Amino acid sequence: MTKRVVIIGNGISGITAARHIRKKSDYKITVISAETRYFFSRTALMYVYMGHMKFEHTQPYESWFWKKNKINLLQAYVESIDFNARKLTTTSGNIDYDILIIATGSVPNKFGWPGQELEGVQGLYSYQDLERMEKYTQNIDHAVVVGGGLIGVEMAEMLHTRNIGVTFLVRESHFWGNILPKEEGNLVLRHLRDNGIDLKLDTELKEIVPDENGRARAVIDSHGDRVDCRFVGLTAGVKPNIDFLRDTELRMDRGILVDSYLKTNIPDVYCIGDCAQHKDPPGGRAPVEQVWYTGRMMGETVAKTITGTPAAYDPGPWFNSAKFFDIEYQTYGWVRHQLGQEEATHYWENDQGDKCVRFVWNESDGKLTGFNSFGIRWRHEVFDEWLRSGATIDTVMQDLHTANFDPEFYPRYESRIRESLNINV
Amino acid sequence: MKTIKTSGLLIFIFCFGAFNISFLLEKYRLTEDIIYENMDDSRASLFLENTDALTGNVTSSNFKFLSSLEKKFILLNNQLLEKYSISGEEIEKIATNIENQIKIEEVVSHFPDSEAGRFKAQAFKDYGSWLEGREPSNREELRNLIQNVADNIRDYAIIGTFGFDKYRIKDLKYRLTRASSEGPVSGNSIFWLLLCFGGTVLGGLLYILPNIILQKPGIRNEDIHKKPMSNRGWLGILTGTYLIAFYIILYFFHPYMTTWIIMVDPVSQALSGNPAGQFFLYGFIYTLVILVMGVRMFIRYRHSRYQLLRTVSVMFFQTSFAFLIPEILVRLNQPYYDFKNIWPLDYDFFFDNELNTLIESGGLGIFMLVWGIALVVIAVPVFVYFFGKRWYCSWVCGCGGLAETLGDPYRHLSDKTLKSWKIERYLIHGILGLAIIMTAGVLYTYFSGSGTVLGINTYSLRESYGLWIGAGFAGVVGTGFYPFMGNRVWCRFGCPLAAYLGVVQRFKSRFRITTNGGQCISCGNCSTYCEMGIDVRWYAQRGQNIIRSSCVGCGICSAVCPRGVLNLEVKSEKGRFGKAELLG
Repeated sequence: MTKRVVIIGNGISGITAARHIRKKSDYKITVISAETRYFFSRTALMYVYMGHMKFEHTQPYESWFWKKNKINLLQAYVESIDFNARKLTTTSGNIDYDILIIATGSVPNKFGWPGQELEGVQGLYSYQDLERMEKYTQNIDHAVVVGGGLIGVEMAEMLHTRNIGVTFLVRESHFWGNILPKEEGNLVLRHLRDNGIDLKLDTELKEIVPDENGRARAVIDSHGDRVDCRFVGLTAGVKPNIDFLRDTELRMDRGILVDSYLKTNIPDVYCIGDCAQHKDPPGGRAPVEQVWYTGRMMGETVAKTITGTPAAYDPGPWFNSAKFFDIEYQTYGWVRHQLGQEEATHYWENDQGDKCVRFVWNESDGKLTGFNSFGIRWRHEVFDEWLRSGATIDTVMQDLHTANFDPEFYPRYESRIRESLNINV
Repeated sequence: MKTIKTSGLLIFIFCFGAFNISFLLEKYRLTEDIIYENMDDSRASLFLENTDALTGNVTSSNFKFLSSLEKKFILLNNQLLEKYSISGEEIEKIATNIENQIKIEEVVSHFPDSEAGRFKAQAFKDYGSWLEGREPSNREELRNLIQNVADNIRDYAIIGTFGFDKYRIKDLKYRLTRASSEGPVSGNSIFWLLLCFGGTVLGGLLYILPNIILQKPGIRNEDIHKKPMSNRGWLGILTGTYLIAFYIILYFFHPYMTTWIIMVDPVSQALSGNPAGQFFLYGFIYTLVILVMGVRMFIRYRHSRYQLLRTVSVMFFQTSFAFLIPEILVRLNQPYYDFKNIWPLDYDFFFDNELNTLIESGGLGIFMLVWGIALVVIAVPVFVYFFGKRWYCSWVCGCGGLAETLGDPYRHLSDKTLKSWKIERYLIHGILGLAIIMTAGVLYTYFSGSGTVLGINTYSLRESYGLWIGAGFAGVVGTGFYPFMGNRVWCRFGCPLAAYLGVVQRFKSRFRITTNGGQCISCGNCSTYCEMGIDVRWYAQRGQNIIRSSCVGCGICSAVCPRGVLNLEVKSEKGRFGKAELLG
């Protein structure tokens, strides 16, 4: 009999798994999601809000795609799972499975702040969050965003494009201080302030003050200052969306625990994406990785394992990218916010202070271990190769031009970067 | 700054309004002099013999004037037919009098010895000579043969010799309207030129320029899906309808737009020394629009050197190659020639009249002929190999130039579905085939002198191509549909040159859009803003390079990508398509 694969969650992880299982097998595939009927790119929600795109543009596949590829989509909410009977109870009835993939993603963190459940207080993760944000930011003058990470910046930019004033509370002493070294943090900080964002460092949220209707009215910060606002964005990270599986035999910690084959402790039950916690994370990576591309890679990896060619999760050297208002950010390998003991670094910034690069290498053997860049585009495959092959900082400097990925005719910075290193060393 | 913007908008609306009102502002007085200047003596006196309200009096609008003219030409034609046609009676008489064999001399003896009779006799000799010696089997057949000759005389000899056939009517309608025009515009065309064109340009620039201050450099697509101009809202529908109407008047009813032509006359006189025609007006407006909207592009994409250079390039090629140089050539008594227009987009390049003009113009004309052929045979494949089809479509071409400037606010309206890609491939390659067949037919006729190939009349073939593809698709649909289907409807679905460039780009080129490893987050900005309707994300999210025949290399996908994933590149063909699936 054809195997029945059920995937909970139609985000990038679940859908990538479904697509690759379909490519490699004739299994019966069902994808369940309560959020939306069709897969969409949640990274693009901000562009819908800002008016760059319509919601339908965020859907990477036309609606015929699912039928043509025999991927059965079910819009329903999973209430419980009977792992012994291999049966799901959903709001649209029971479903049997032979193989189960849990890809339920994340929910925004809330740290027990007074007023965190008020109207007009929310994170930004789901389609419903977008709808709520649309609703609660109509005709308002000011908003507060709490938490200086990537989603916080996105929310600030979204509100900014609608001419809503933004106060941005950041716990660290420089921007995105648990990830970025101080120089990079300051570069972003300047850019945010240039755009009129009222950014408060070393500041935490103390409480959210309601009005008489139970809607956010103001925020009191850790210094006791009050900021009047009608909307509060909570963007202090996300956590795995697995509460509906608590108190089952599924082993979990912060996320659902998986081995390198993305298997959980229960046979034929796999977990991928944001909600998975790697027992043995590869290459210095975090146990829980809430990144778009790791979801995609886990989806592809689990599809291989399920369809008979077991593959361990091997994401290769770390990389990531983001955009802070108009400044693009790319990173390859590991650049920590504080230099490691064996590490040497070189930082270059242009005169305008809106472009920079940082190299990190091993002091002993000169091998490149990490790279940060703001405002310049670099070629992924070149850095990936350098990191995998252990290229030294000298080689990297010499061949830096091969890694440039800026559009044609753009000013080039490689020689300036090279010179600045020579002067420094 | 906002005030400057608003006043710019008001000036634009006022001056653009003046331009449109001027369409109906002139009066028309057809004088004897005008008639004699524009017709030969016999037609002129025929025209004047029939006195009516038209001649010498003032007609209040171009619609009334043109409809009166039309009526008059039909009336005169009917009078001529009445007078010179061989009547039914005469046919009957001839038919009854012929025994067995037809003798032309005998036939013509039946016509009276009057002016009309002598004409009929001569015409019958000319058009009926093939009847000489025929022996019809019965009277019915005989009557038909004579009727046939009479019909040909009516259609060709009478109307062609004395009257007004459809081509002459079209031409005279334009020339008489233009010459009869009197009123504020023809009285002071420089004033109106400055008001309508100078004013709209000024207003447009005042509306655009403050954005340097109001908008920081970077991608500013805010609300593009919410504005009535760019989201198929009321303003977009209005604009599209206006453009469609403008093109229909331009191509099919240009005698109505003589006021506008008179307005730009001083410019044409200054450039080529000749009076302006409707296509001079069109070229003038087209160039101004590209220049003003090019300034908008400068501001909008001032953070991107690629976009800046590309915009400078289309502005330059439109102003010099497409507009100024051909006019100056005419001033120097050389053929009108756009050195960057390439067959088969330039579908009439091989038409006999064009070839003859070039060949008869001596050295430069021959050079132009060789140059035009070299563009097709050498420049297209070589440049596409090294740079991709963008070297033409988004850096040089006039249609592309308009699409990339005026059309920029509509680029996201292109359809991205797989279905539209299918339609695109059938349509554009079909039209390329049609252009080749049409040109082959035209050349066959040019060299052999025979007007038909395999039963197809090459003249009607080229006429229909010009009407449906040249005017209808490229013009009316091509630009008029910007606010409905995006700014590249013609380039994507119709342009035979784009099809040819595309075939080379797909199979033999160093050009590709590279996807940067695994950085794509499937957000969809690239697909949304692709004017050619390419689903860029489909490839990018798989780590594949984008190699599509339709890609015009505008570079906007790369500009709007928030993760720096896409880059237009030319390098070795090896590995051009990229890895199929990407895990890393």
